[in-house]
Amino acid sequence: MVSVTEALPLRAPRLGLPVGAGVVGGYLSLIVLVPLAALAARAGDFSRVLSNPEAVSALKLTLGLSFGVVVVNAVTGTAIAWVLVRDEFRGKQLVNAVIDLPFALPTIVAGLTLLALYGPRGSSGINLAYTRAGVLLALLFVTLPFVVRTVQPVLLELDRDMEEAAASLGAHSTAIFRRIVFPNLLPAILSGVALAFARAVGEFGAVVLISGNLPFKTEVASVFIFGRIQSNDVAGAAALSLVLLGISFAVLLGVGALRRWATRHDRQS
Amino acid sequence: MRRIALLCLTLGIAATNAPAASKDTTLALVAYSTPKEAFAKIIPAFQATPAGRGINFTQSYGPSGDQAQAIVAGLPADVVDLSLAPDLQTLVKAGLVDKSWDKNAYQGIVTRSVVVFVVRQGNPKHIKDWGDLVKPGVEVLTPNPFTSGGARWNVMAAYGAQLRAGKTPAQATAYLTTLFHHVSVQDKSARDALNTFLSGKGDLLLTYENEAKLALAKGQAAYYVIPKATIRIENPVAVLKNSKNKAAAQAFVKFLYSTAGQRLFAESGYRPVNLRVIKSFNFPVRPWLFTIGYVGGWDKVEKQFFDPNNGVMAKIERGLGH
Amino acid sequence: MIARVSLRAGVLAYLAAILLVPVGLVFWRTFEHGLHAPWAAISAPDARQAFWLTIEIALVTVPLNTVFGVLCALAIVRRRFPGKGLLNALVDLPLALSPVVVGLALYLLYGRAGWLGPWLTSHGVQVLFALPGMILATIFVSLPFVVREVVPVLREIGTDQEEAAATLGAGSFAIFRRVTLPAIRWAIAYGVVLTTARALGEFGAVSVVSGRIVGKTETLTLYVQDQYESFNTTGAYAASVLLALLAIGTLVLMTVFRPKEGI
Repeated sequence: MVSVTEALPLRAPRLGLPVGAGVVGGYLSLIVLVPLAALAARAGDFSRVLSNPEAVSALKLTLGLSFGVVVVNAVTGTAIAWVLVRDEFRGKQLVNAVIDLPFALPTIVAGLTLLALYGPRGSSGINLAYTRAGVLLALLFVTLPFVVRTVQPVLLELDRDMEEAAASLGAHSTAIFRRIVFPNLLPAILSGVALAFARAVGEFGAVVLISGNLPFKTEVASVFIFGRIQSNDVAGAAALSLVLLGISFAVLLGVGALRRWATRHDRQS
Repeated sequence: MRRIALLCLTLGIAATNAPAASKDTTLALVAYSTPKEAFAKIIPAFQATPAGRGINFTQSYGPSGDQAQAIVAGLPADVVDLSLAPDLQTLVKAGLVDKSWDKNAYQGIVTRSVVVFVVRQGNPKHIKDWGDLVKPGVEVLTPNPFTSGGARWNVMAAYGAQLRAGKTPAQATAYLTTLFHHVSVQDKSARDALNTFLSGKGDLLLTYENEAKLALAKGQAAYYVIPKATIRIENPVAVLKNSKNKAAAQAFVKFLYSTAGQRLFAESGYRPVNLRVIKSFNFPVRPWLFTIGYVGGWDKVEKQFFDPNNGVMAKIERGLGH
Repeated sequence: MIARVSLRAGVLAYLAAILLVPVGLVFWRTFEHGLHAPWAAISAPDARQAFWLTIEIALVTVPLNTVFGVLCALAIVRRRFPGKGLLNALVDLPLALSPVVVGLALYLLYGRAGWLGPWLTSHGVQVLFALPGMILATIFVSLPFVVREVVPVLREIGTDQEEAAATLGAGSFAIFRRVTLPAIRWAIAYGVVLTTARALGEFGAVSVVSGRIVGKTETLTLYVQDQYESFNTTGAYAASVLLALLAIGTLVLMTVFRPKEGI
């Protein structure tokens, strides 16, 4: 069936396309494309930056901690989403709203709040400043909402018939979760994991106060890049930025492929 | 729609670059990390003088090396006050400061200080001299020599003290290596390092005398010891070549050298360069005080110690990584 | 039953330890000695300048990104054109980039040794270390939100109503104003809230391009860091509480405008 739009004369029925596309293209170029081109063009010798032990250490630390954080988030995010969807208790609406706080709160404030509790003069008595655990904590804070928010809608839509049927046949609740619920949640969990990973790898504000930025110990890639910029070694900074970006994209592509594999049955109809 | 968007963007940029409505001049002061409080007193005092009337200031403080690089990268500046001469040389090399910046009565130096040891209350580890820093279990704080000017003064103080005590250059370099194995955190600026120390980390902080005095005056727990052998710190000041307010900038620098300005520096813990002011303040004189000339002068030292690839400190830092 | 309660307890304990107690603690520490000290801290001239600078940046960033967001969403959903995949990727890129890298890219473009820097400076336009640079950085990082919120809604509502209006002779702008816009306005509102939150809270990118010029290029987030590093915890906490209050306001608006029913 020929749609009405296709039968209309070439004059676009909405905003004149040339104007719209021109503005969009021009804006994106000015804001995103040209700066990125400058970044790619001015990146210095990759071998020089990759042979810098401090840079390699920062990269390894960043990737290692980010992987750790997304694994934790896969579990806790699903648990939180489960409780928010399947459980009922007073204050649940408030808890649901609060999950988005890491989205809304500036990262430097997040770092300060963690220091208030887990820093040198923190009220908890545990001092995580200058430690990798402190960096991990900061990353957990900022990546908290991602898996929760991708899993929640799926969990809400989930048809509970199969679970009830399995329960009536005597299946244990963990088996039900593992065999019936989890496979349906996996694609959403993977989406959340991808977003959380991208965020964790680039995090700066939340980490910069609590980590102390000790080279080879708690210095993450973004802080190292910042240091290089301050010393006007922009070529080195750009090179490491591109390496980081490349690795992030590779991971995201990998997660995307994993996600497509997990939904392969849905697409076979 | 497009026109509105373009208008917004143009207005936004135009508004930020519109010249000030009044006839006031604005001077951009870019400095290293520690003199912020001193300038908080000096600038209003200058503005109260006839030469300073109607002059506004913007100020930027940060690690000395980084600030020099920022100016090279485009940070607007009229007057620059840095921790050590090599950072000013960075600006000379970039064509931003005239070669003759150090050809005045004070050789371009506006304030002095010495390297001191800041210790915990009661000095529980009984730290008095450089040898005590490398005793087992002593945790030392110093900023990173590749970003902080103060850190470079610390390194040369440590090295020079060894020479003064009769050690050979090789032994002095070995001392530096041992010392840096005792360093647990290297912040990017002297001010950050002081903060780290005050937050409870480390047994000892190497820093400028004026930083320690300032912290003490603010009620912080910054008790300090001046070792017998220490280096005379000299902080340079200069007006930038491309300054649009040269006359005002030069008037400000003149004020910094004047009795009034020097007195205000001294009250903030700096050792003044103006002879008349030195006499009215009581700064301890150390018997084995030496200058950067004693260890070879900055030109030689910068290459030998602080070259980012082959310098002594670069090798030491690489050796620390694990 | 036990499993359910213990799961709930576990989740709440995690949220408390990571999120609620730290944030609550900052509020407590700020106000535990009364209102006077934090109020004095936030009324200090530098603090007020930082606040107004942050607002000023947001007032330029949010409308621009909103207009762009709607136009871009329309282009993505309603049009076929070469390079649409690239457009999509570019729009999503700010979410994957570290803010420090964003700042670096601007540094490389507008610095003294940058591609555009020298030409702009010779014409008297200071981008880096001044307001325009900070605006550009903030626009970059908050770019995707309106687009991403409007695109699914545009897809969902389809073109039927717009086509009907067109056959009745309505002009393109009238169709947009009367048919499309009302359908997507809540998506736009939600996107605007997210954009504003991101713009107010930006730290990493502006850190790189600000130049540490006290009272002039210090946003409220940079002010928090500066205060903390100057031994002034009262000032840091007071500014943090202000930012946290803005964040909570954002949260409320997010809950009100959220596109799907949460629970």
